[in-house]
Amino acid sequence: MAVENQTFYELMRAQGTSRRSFLKFCSLTAAALGLEPVYAGHIAHAMETKPRLPVLWMHGLECTCCSESFIRSGNPLASDVILKMISLDYDDTLMAAAGTDAESILDEIPAKYPGGYILAVEGNPPLNEDGMYCIVGGKPFVDKLKAVAANAKAVIAWGACASWGCVQAARPNPTNAVPIDKVITDKPIIKVPGCPPIAEVMTGVISYILTFDRLPELDSRGRPVMFYGQRIHDKCYRRPHFDAGEFVQSWDDEGARAGYCLYKMGCKGPTTYNACSTTRWNGGVSFPIQSGHGCIGCSEDNFWDNGPFYSRLAKVGAAFGVEATADEIGETAAAIVGAGIVAHAGASTVSHLLRKKPATPPTPPEGDPK
Amino acid sequence: MTGIATPNGFILDSSGRRMVVDPVTRIEGHMRCEVNLDANNVIRNAVSSGTMWRGLEIILKGRDPRDAWAFCERICGVCTGTHALTSVRAVENALGIQIPKNANIIRNMMQATLYAHDHLVHFYHLHALDWVDVVSALKADPKATSALAQSISPWPNSSPGYFSDVQAKLQRFVDSGQLGPFMNGYWGNPAYLLPPEANLMAVAHYLEALDFQREIVKIHTVFGGKNPHPNWLVGGMACAINLDDPMAAGAPVNMVQLNLVSSIIDRTIDFIDQVYIPDLKAIASFYKAWDFGGGLAGKNVLSYGEFPTIANDYTNNSLAMPRGAILNGNLNEIYDVDLTDADQVQEFVDHSWYTYPDESTGLHPWSGITEPNFALGPNTIGTKTNIQQLDEGAKYSFIKAARWRGNAMEVGPLSRFTIGYAKGISEFKDPVDALLTDLNLPFGALFTTLGRTAARGLEASWAAHKLGDLFDELITNLAAGDLATANTDSWEPSSWPVEVKGVGFTEAPRGALGHWVHIKDKKIESYQAVVPTTWNGSPRDPSGSIGAFEAALLNTPLANPAQPLEILRTLHSFDPCLACSTHVIAPDGEELVSVKVR
Repeated sequence: MAVENQTFYELMRAQGTSRRSFLKFCSLTAAALGLEPVYAGHIAHAMETKPRLPVLWMHGLECTCCSESFIRSGNPLASDVILKMISLDYDDTLMAAAGTDAESILDEIPAKYPGGYILAVEGNPPLNEDGMYCIVGGKPFVDKLKAVAANAKAVIAWGACASWGCVQAARPNPTNAVPIDKVITDKPIIKVPGCPPIAEVMTGVISYILTFDRLPELDSRGRPVMFYGQRIHDKCYRRPHFDAGEFVQSWDDEGARAGYCLYKMGCKGPTTYNACSTTRWNGGVSFPIQSGHGCIGCSEDNFWDNGPFYSRLAKVGAAFGVEATADEIGETAAAIVGAGIVAHAGASTVSHLLRKKPATPPTPPEGDPK
Repeated sequence: MTGIATPNGFILDSSGRRMVVDPVTRIEGHMRCEVNLDANNVIRNAVSSGTMWRGLEIILKGRDPRDAWAFCERICGVCTGTHALTSVRAVENALGIQIPKNANIIRNMMQATLYAHDHLVHFYHLHALDWVDVVSALKADPKATSALAQSISPWPNSSPGYFSDVQAKLQRFVDSGQLGPFMNGYWGNPAYLLPPEANLMAVAHYLEALDFQREIVKIHTVFGGKNPHPNWLVGGMACAINLDDPMAAGAPVNMVQLNLVSSIIDRTIDFIDQVYIPDLKAIASFYKAWDFGGGLAGKNVLSYGEFPTIANDYTNNSLAMPRGAILNGNLNEIYDVDLTDADQVQEFVDHSWYTYPDESTGLHPWSGITEPNFALGPNTIGTKTNIQQLDEGAKYSFIKAARWRGNAMEVGPLSRFTIGYAKGISEFKDPVDALLTDLNLPFGALFTTLGRTAARGLEASWAAHKLGDLFDELITNLAAGDLATANTDSWEPSSWPVEVKGVGFTEAPRGALGHWVHIKDKKIESYQAVVPTTWNGSPRDPSGSIGAFEAALLNTPLANPAQPLEILRTLHSFDPCLACSTHVIAPDGEELVSVKVR
């Protein structure tokens, strides 16, 4: 007999998980979220009392890297998220049904759980050609997106496409692809940028919502501050080499083999807000800088048009400290850090980054060594 | 039966009832399929349509060629990395850049890792539900399931208690009333042929594979920093190697990371050989009589070749996976393929949502011109923004029609194995022969939906073992004192010629993939990708020939015409990737003055 809205705890218990194991799971989840141990109790309580949250995961113009990243999550496992924590009622990449059997779910779930489901969006809607550069069920994706958003509790914008526009929105944006907040304007949208986002950041956002029955704190751009509050540069393990003026000068040179700073090779870590240098990728194995290539800034708005990727950050100048958050600095200042670093790298001396923007930007020194 | 004969040997009859499947799910991207069924519910006409377009190649115009790999990588996040590899090869070809031996080995490892991962995820998470009835697994006897599993594999998760636990979990999940991704599936459809025990075994392995697949890609993470979308480099790889120095611990590749890679290779071989392959054989043994879905398989097949064993040598002498084309099912004659020959690879758009000045001709990627043209034919049913039925007599897809010497071709693992088999190469021929012998099937059984799925499994095993060989090759080269991973001689654009063209190719998991780049004044002048699903998912061409998807669907009976199970089964056997296939080249109105082709 079907039991409507079984809680997460009931399901785990029914599936033979002991209470001890359940509590261990809650502790691990708390740790994964960077929370104090006391929060394990909150998580346990939440899991014991909540039904599985319906999630409708829609795909617009995208490459499916977000879905692929999601299933890389190690803690919690994607299989546990999908089968035990949420009810993934629509996801055209994984679902068994097709055609009208699939599309009818987009009508049924919002009707059954008005205001009670999460809309997760991977990719974005193109607006040119009446939306017909992305067709689902013979109709424009953008229309379906708006319809499903209408009764959602909240919306998650997975990845750079849904958050900012990403590669199809790069100059000259032939399809007029837009981030979802251009067409969904009356719902809270949690932006989880990156191309793709880190797996554990994706499952961390879902776990947080399930655990605390609230949306995570967002910055002014709509990103969860817990994962996007610091720049990659702030916690990069190669930061001491930056501070010491030790840079990779050329691919596979002695500095590259020694793990020196990749700033001169175009690394965008100093202006990129993401958790790569702390959470790292694929179970903590590495992250782009550790594997020798600079950050390309894939979680930043418009990063495709801020290249070339191998040009060092430059232009104007000031720098700021690790303590500054995205909101304090703002978009403009985030671009400014580059010049401060240019001056710094040119001099190749140890210096303390300035917290505040000076009145007049310093000029990069002449003959900046490569 | 009346019908129209296509030049490539198929009969199309659109007189019967039309059935629409949109979206086709469990693929990458957006796709629509329409078929006409005769009175016996047999498919007599098939129409496949790519229903998304992003215009990446327009976006690439004017960019730094060294950045192109990152843009191209975002063509697809499922076959992540293969477009990036194709792109760096194209740029290196244009600029005459030679990569170090280690970079070649590591790139081959990246590609073999992708094969192993992508094929595994495809089989279990995108394709298995076409063969496996999840709900039927509830009726299985766990003891009998255990006996079945232990009879075909030494994989340790095979006790009666293990399968009993999996079954109990599944039961509770179904009882919860929230079926999630299994909602509205085609459970109980008579086209599902597995006994409950085989279904339960497959469900258990669906879950195990979902947990295990994330391990395989850690090889990408070591060498490329992340997965999906690892990082690449024109001139080699950015992952510098340091084994002995005091700074080795902070280097991209050191002994710790190499040990991790080695361990993952061992576990990947075990999982594929002890779970994937036995499951494949078990499933195949129950579907032997369902011999539909051949289409172009075994008739017109194409492979560009892959895995250069000698760095910078992309000739057939070097490629571990051979290049070639077979026409009209004649396996005794294998044609060579030249991607720079204007008469070989061409794309047509008379049935695609693009415009050419003369749509009766095809264009080689280096000389193509294109602009999007979303126009529906006069026999379309519905409106521009509410399409109920496409008019396949007119334009009906965002996929172009790629042709090789005018022929529609099938690409992918089965095509690669067919060419390897036809060339008599034992590492491709022997596993095919062994599988057919095990299943007591004739050679022709290979050219079916099931054969396509089986070849992918054999190739996953081939790739996993190849990873082991490549790792040994890397260690041997490192032991000889060669640590180089990048060649920066032509890194600076100031060293480049004013105008060059290049082509790069790979065999992506889904099939033949080529990128054609034209670099002028240090910038990308034009860029074109012809991808596996451009071949397999192509619409009709001016001659009326149909592509591989459409051909494979013909003459397949549906057990229940209200449910598209068999349509999904055959389409999924190709592993469609629609974000890859729907692209356009840059509008190019300029005459080329001087072009150097390497």
